[in-house]
Amino acid sequence: MELNVIQIILVVLVSFLAGMEGILDEFHFHQPVIACTLIGLVTGQLMPCLILGGTLQMVALGWANIGAAVAPDVALASVASAIILVLGGQGTKGVSSAYAIAIPLAVAGLLLTILVRTISTGIVHIMDAAAKEGNFRKIEMWQYIAICLQGLRIAIPAAMILALGAGPVKSMLNAIPQVVQDGLSIGGGMVVAVGYAMVINMMASREVWPFFAIGFVLATIKSLTLIGLGAIGLALALIYLTLSKNGGSGNGDGGSTGDSNTGDPVGDIIDNY
Amino acid sequence: MADQVKISKRDRIAVWWRSTFIQGSWNYERMQNGGWAYSLIPVLKKLYKTKEDRASALKRHLEFFNCHPYLASPILGVTMALEEERANGAPVNDVAIQGVKVGMMGPLAGIGDPVFWFTVKPIIGAIAASLAMGGSILGPILYFVAWNVIRMAFMWYTQELGYKAGSKITEDMSGGLLQDVTKGASILGMFILGSLINRWVVVKFTPVVSSIKQQKGSYIDWGNLPNNMEGVKQALIQQADGRSLSMVKVTTLQDNLDQLIPGLAGLLLTFLCMYLLRKKVSPIWQILGLFAIGVFFHWIGLM
Repeated sequence: MELNVIQIILVVLVSFLAGMEGILDEFHFHQPVIACTLIGLVTGQLMPCLILGGTLQMVALGWANIGAAVAPDVALASVASAIILVLGGQGTKGVSSAYAIAIPLAVAGLLLTILVRTISTGIVHIMDAAAKEGNFRKIEMWQYIAICLQGLRIAIPAAMILALGAGPVKSMLNAIPQVVQDGLSIGGGMVVAVGYAMVINMMASREVWPFFAIGFVLATIKSLTLIGLGAIGLALALIYLTLSKNGGSGNGDGGSTGDSNTGDPVGDIIDNY
Repeated sequence: MADQVKISKRDRIAVWWRSTFIQGSWNYERMQNGGWAYSLIPVLKKLYKTKEDRASALKRHLEFFNCHPYLASPILGVTMALEEERANGAPVNDVAIQGVKVGMMGPLAGIGDPVFWFTVKPIIGAIAASLAMGGSILGPILYFVAWNVIRMAFMWYTQELGYKAGSKITEDMSGGLLQDVTKGASILGMFILGSLINRWVVVKFTPVVSSIKQQKGSYIDWGNLPNNMEGVKQALIQQADGRSLSMVKVTTLQDNLDQLIPGLAGLLLTFLCMYLLRKKVSPIWQILGLFAIGVFFHWIGLM
C-alpha cells in the first residue's frame, strides 16, 4: 500500500513521539497497544495495527527499564512492525509475520538507545558549563535537545522504512515460506513466557507464591474475565494485609471508642441506613 | 524576616509538569541529573536571584540522581521544601540536600518498580491487549487514560506530600503504609501473573496419542439422518446430548496434558525461562530461541 505525503508526515510524527516516550516512560505512547494503533489510525489501517499492537503488548508486559538492566526496545519494535504491516498490505493476515519481525527490531532499538544515552553524557557536560554561568535557559534548551534525540532515534528508522517503500517490504514478506510463518506465530505464543519470567524473578518471595498458584488455577475457569480476576486478586491482597497485621485475631482497630466505628465504611453505611 | 520567598502552587505545578521529562537526558554518567535540574528550575529561579546563587544551586542539582521516574516526585517535593528553607536563611547545606536525595532514591525506586512496572502496567496492559487482539479500539484508549490518570495523580499527590512533610517524609516512607502498598502490589501482581500465564502462554502439542473407534450411539450417525433441514436439527440435538461429531475419538497429546490442568505446558515453560534468566541467559536469546523452536517443532509436526 502506498501512503500519501500527509500520512507519511503523520507516521514520522507518531514515531517521534514513541521515541521520546521510549526514554521518558510517562505517557506511554511507545507501548505497542498505543503506538501501533496510532500508526494504524493515521494510515487508515486501524484494525490490523490494533491487533498487532495487542499481540505485541502481551509479549512486552514484563519488559521494563530497571536500573541498569536493559529491556528490549518496544518503541522501535511497535512503530517499525506496524509500518511494515501497513506497507505489506496483507491486512489482518500479515499480523503474525509483522509480529515476528518486531522482535529483532526490539534488539536493534536497544542498541540505538544505548547510543543516544551515551551522547547524552556529552550533553550533561554542556549543562555543567551552563550551570557555572547560572544560565537556566541553556540547561532547558539542552534538555529539549536530548529529548528530541530520543525522538529521532525512532523517527529516522521509521522514515527509512517508509523511503524503502511498499514494494521491497512486500516481496520480503512474501519470501517467507508458509511453514516458517506458522511456526513464528506458534513461537509467538511461547515468547510471552520470557516477559512473565522476568517479572516473577523480580517479585517472587516465599510469601507471595501461593497467590500465584491461586491465580493460575482460577484462570482455568474460562468465564472469569481479567477484570474479574483482578477484583479477586485485589480482595485477596487486602484480606492478607489485614489478617497479617491483626495476627489473625479480632479487629485491630483498637482505641476506636464511640459509635459504630469498626473501620468498616460499608458496614457503617448499612448500619445507619 | 520581611523578604521571605515562598514557593507558590503555580511553581509546584510547573515542577510537576516538568518532572514528566525527568528521564529526557538520561545518560550513563549521572543518569537523571539533567532532567532533575530541569524539573527544579522554576523553583530555583524563584528562590535565587544572584548569578552566584543560581550557579551553585544548579551545580548542586546536576549531581548524580536516579530513581523510578514517578517516585522522583516525592523527592522533588522534599527538595523544594529544603531549598525554600535554605533560601530563607536556614542552615541547610549542600550535603544535607544531597543526602536527602540519595537517601530517598534507593528505597523509593524499590517501591516504584514492583508497583508500577510489575503490577499496574501488566494488569492494565493485559486487559488492553486482550481487548485490542479482539479488535476493540477500547483497548488502547483504556490503557492510555487509565495509565495517565493514575500516573499524574500519583506524581502530584506525592510531590505535595513531600513538599508539606519536608525532610520528615523519610520517616513516613519507612513506616507502614508504603510497605503495605508494596506488599499488596506484589500479592496482586503474582496472582495476576499466575492467571496471565494460564491464559496467554500458548503451548500446543499436536501429535495424536490415540484414535479410538467409538461405540454406536455415542457419535452422530450422519448417514442415517434425514437429508434436509430436519437432519440438521437432529444433528444439533444429538450434539447437545453430548454425542461427538465423528466416529473416531481423537486424543492429542495436548488433551492429555489439559486433563492434568489446562495451561500446564505454559507454566513449565515459564519456569524454564525463570531458570534460564537466573543462569544469566539473556532474554533476547530466549525470545529468538523460542521462535526458532516454534518453527522447528511446527516443521516436524510436533506443534
